[in-house]
Amino acid sequence: MLAVNSLNTFYGKAQILFNLTLAVQAGEIVALIGRNGAGKTTTFKSIMNLVPAESGKISFKHQSIYHLPSYKICKQGLGYAPEDRRIFTKLTVMENLEAGKQPPRRDFKPWTPEQLFELFPNLAEKRHQDGGTLSGGEQQMLTIARTLMGNPEMIILDEPFEGLAPMIVKQLARTIRKLKDQGVSVFLSEQNLNVARLICDRAYIIHRGSIRHESPIDTLSSDQYEKYCSV
Amino acid sequence: MGFLIVQFLTGLSDASGLFLVACGLSLIFGVSRIVNFAHGSFYMVGAYLAYYLIGYLPLGGLSFWASILISGLIVGLIGILVEVLLLKRLYRSPELFLLMGTFGLILVIQDLSRWLFGSEDLLGPRCPGLDGSIDILGTLLPQYDLALIIIALLILLAIWLLLNRTRWGILVRAATEDREMLAALGVNQSLLFTSVFFLGSFLAGLGGALQLPKGGADLLMDLNVIAGAFVVVVVGGMGSILGAYLAALLIGELSAFGVLVLPQSTLVMMFLIMAVVLIIRPYGLFGKGKSGEYEYDEKTSAPIQPASERLKLAGLGLLLLVLLMPLFAGDFQLVLMIEIAILALSSMSLYFMMGPGGMISFGHAVFFGGGAYAAALLVHHLNTPMELALFFAPLLVGLLALIIGWFCVRLSGVYLAMLTLAFAQICWSIVFQWSAFTGGDDGLLSIWPSDWASNRIVFYYLTMTLCIGGILILRHLVFTPFGYTLRACRDSALRVDSIGINLKRHQWFTFALTGFFAGLAGSIYVFSKGSVFPDEMAIPRSFDFLLMVLLGGIEALSGPVIGSAAFIWLHDLISRIHFWQLILGSIFIFLVVAFPRGIAGFLDNRFGRIFSNHIGPRA
Ligand SMILES: Nc1ncnc2c1ncn2[C@@H]1O[C@H](COP(=O)(O)OP(=O)(O)O)[C@@H](O)[C@H]1O
Ligand SMILES: [Mg+2]
Repeated sequence: MLAVNSLNTFYGKAQILFNLTLAVQAGEIVALIGRNGAGKTTTFKSIMNLVPAESGKISFKHQSIYHLPSYKICKQGLGYAPEDRRIFTKLTVMENLEAGKQPPRRDFKPWTPEQLFELFPNLAEKRHQDGGTLSGGEQQMLTIARTLMGNPEMIILDEPFEGLAPMIVKQLARTIRKLKDQGVSVFLSEQNLNVARLICDRAYIIHRGSIRHESPIDTLSSDQYEKYCSV
Repeated sequence: MGFLIVQFLTGLSDASGLFLVACGLSLIFGVSRIVNFAHGSFYMVGAYLAYYLIGYLPLGGLSFWASILISGLIVGLIGILVEVLLLKRLYRSPELFLLMGTFGLILVIQDLSRWLFGSEDLLGPRCPGLDGSIDILGTLLPQYDLALIIIALLILLAIWLLLNRTRWGILVRAATEDREMLAALGVNQSLLFTSVFFLGSFLAGLGGALQLPKGGADLLMDLNVIAGAFVVVVVGGMGSILGAYLAALLIGELSAFGVLVLPQSTLVMMFLIMAVVLIIRPYGLFGKGKSGEYEYDEKTSAPIQPASERLKLAGLGLLLLVLLMPLFAGDFQLVLMIEIAILALSSMSLYFMMGPGGMISFGHAVFFGGGAYAAALLVHHLNTPMELALFFAPLLVGLLALIIGWFCVRLSGVYLAMLTLAFAQICWSIVFQWSAFTGGDDGLLSIWPSDWASNRIVFYYLTMTLCIGGILILRHLVFTPFGYTLRACRDSALRVDSIGINLKRHQWFTFALTGFFAGLAGSIYVFSKGSVFPDEMAIPRSFDFLLMVLLGGIEALSGPVIGSAAFIWLHDLISRIHFWQLILGSIFIFLVVAFPRGIAGFLDNRFGRIFSNHIGPRA
């Protein structure tokens, strides 16, 4: 459903991604595993054209989204929740959700705030609070909920578990699996193999800006992981 | 008692007028970070349109209000045109170029209005049904003043509802926080920006049309209201609508009552209030930290490099030409050269502040005009000879710059720029109003050079020595440790702060240097002209210097010199043509769109290799 081919991305003169190639099928939860600075965020930003790539191919549902304006990529059904969350701090929770709202997709029941509050109960009671007043975990939930308001077919989550308490990690993992059951594909990044094992079907290991390994999560050995991701 | 109430309501009505101009400006800035200098021009067009529409619309009593609304809408459409055709191209340019583009717009709209609406001052029609006065405990208040108060409140309410109760408002507020994220959520921000610009321009047009019964319409409106509008926006905190209302209220009331205590205060009250507010609250009443910060765009700021051998050679050639000029040039050319040299020194000092110093000044004329006045006053009151006046005047202005700078360096970005404007305006009004000492509007006359320098050619060489010397000293300073530190401060204030360099003190010193050299330029200027008038200190003069620097580009050290020469040449060439502002404005707009790095930057880009040391592959 999402296919990335030979992607090269630069920050100024520094090349960050080198011929990066990967694909995510419909209905999958795929992890992009790599240590800090490996290029996970850059990969996602290149896909969303928030950092325009230098060369390569990116397609979504068999249509090229390469160098398309970010808002059009989103409208195609590809949602993005950034790692730094980027909640609108001066908007209430409800208003944050409204900002993410997009017209409903065909053959797809649109998300409503009420449904999302069921999925993320912590948010329900804070719906009229400013986004800036939420805790880190709540902000992470709000970021995902806000992205879901766009009724995406696939959602990109950049390190969704980062900085969350173990309890919340489990809760969020369960929620993400529920998303999959509702037909949303998930492409997320993670540094920790054990956390990835909780929810993913398949994993890519990224190191220094290119994919070094790809396998179903069950057969991904710790050795492979250690080789590229140990600090 | 009745008098005080009426005075209060008059202040409130003035405040309402101010708010009507300022709210659109604040809205646009809040979302797009565009400092739209042409906002006053939109206001003016609104007034003219309403004037003519009221005459044409066959709607009887309704035609007044209908015309006002339609004028607002038309101006809103003009706003869309401007945003789509011009501003969209400039969003990624440094803020300075946006500024220059909107400057160009002011000139273009000015001449187009002259052509379309004529240059006569128009007396506004009365508002049907509201053309009387009401009696408040024995004092009369025009009914229309009351109407303005209510309309302003209604507009404040409407904008608040729009921003807080509609999806559009939510998106607009989200965009002020994080545009990129909003795009990733599927919002076409380009469209959003256009809609905001439409609303802001609509409000400007509406404001101009609404004040028609009070002030009529004339071609000076644009510049007359823009300074006030900016003061309101900055005092309120850029982007805050409620802040703008409160700021307008503060200014309106303090002016209304200030006049009773101190009649001369009218001209400065607004700027005095701004200075006080910004000193106490650096981001305005409701402003938040970062907003309005001038962010130096790293991509467009190529490092300034010492001139290559060839460039130095070219400079030397130019110097030789300047030296030999009196051999073949006539009087007229010499006078022109003297003026160019003086203005080049002055704009070089402004450049030093804006380029390496990273501080924009909207009030540079205070230093230039200050130098002129300091020298003239020394001569006029103390009979100081020219040599001593040329020595003391720059020192006095340097001192003035230290005082102004002490306040200004606490701020940054647009706020700093506005504070320089405030101080310039305060000094201007002192000069303007203190006739006994400064000659007021009549200026100071008969300020001539000493006998030995009164010969045109001698004075030419004197000017060249001082001006070129000053320019070379400023140029040299850029490459001293002081200059390097300054540029480091500009590019990354935080990092520099953390390694213990005192940023503020460096900027403060920059102010003093800028003041000194602009003061020197000003004091030579007064001897070359023989007289000085308050105009040399006024806002348009500050804008002239800004334009010279912008014209030359802030990327190259030679920019200010090229910019001043180009400015004077263009001015001289096309001011003989009827619609010269239209042409000059179009040139500015063309320049910023075509060469976002300025002329000198462009030359450097295009021909830089000719002057570069490294042609071809290096061994
Ligand atoms: N804005 C930027 N400018 C320059 N280099 C950057 C920028 N953002 C990230 N980098 C560099 O790109 C590399 C990859 O970063 P990133 O994609 O954020 O990694 P990850 O998300 O896997 O931690 C790092 O070496 C980082 O230093
Ligand atoms: Mg990252």
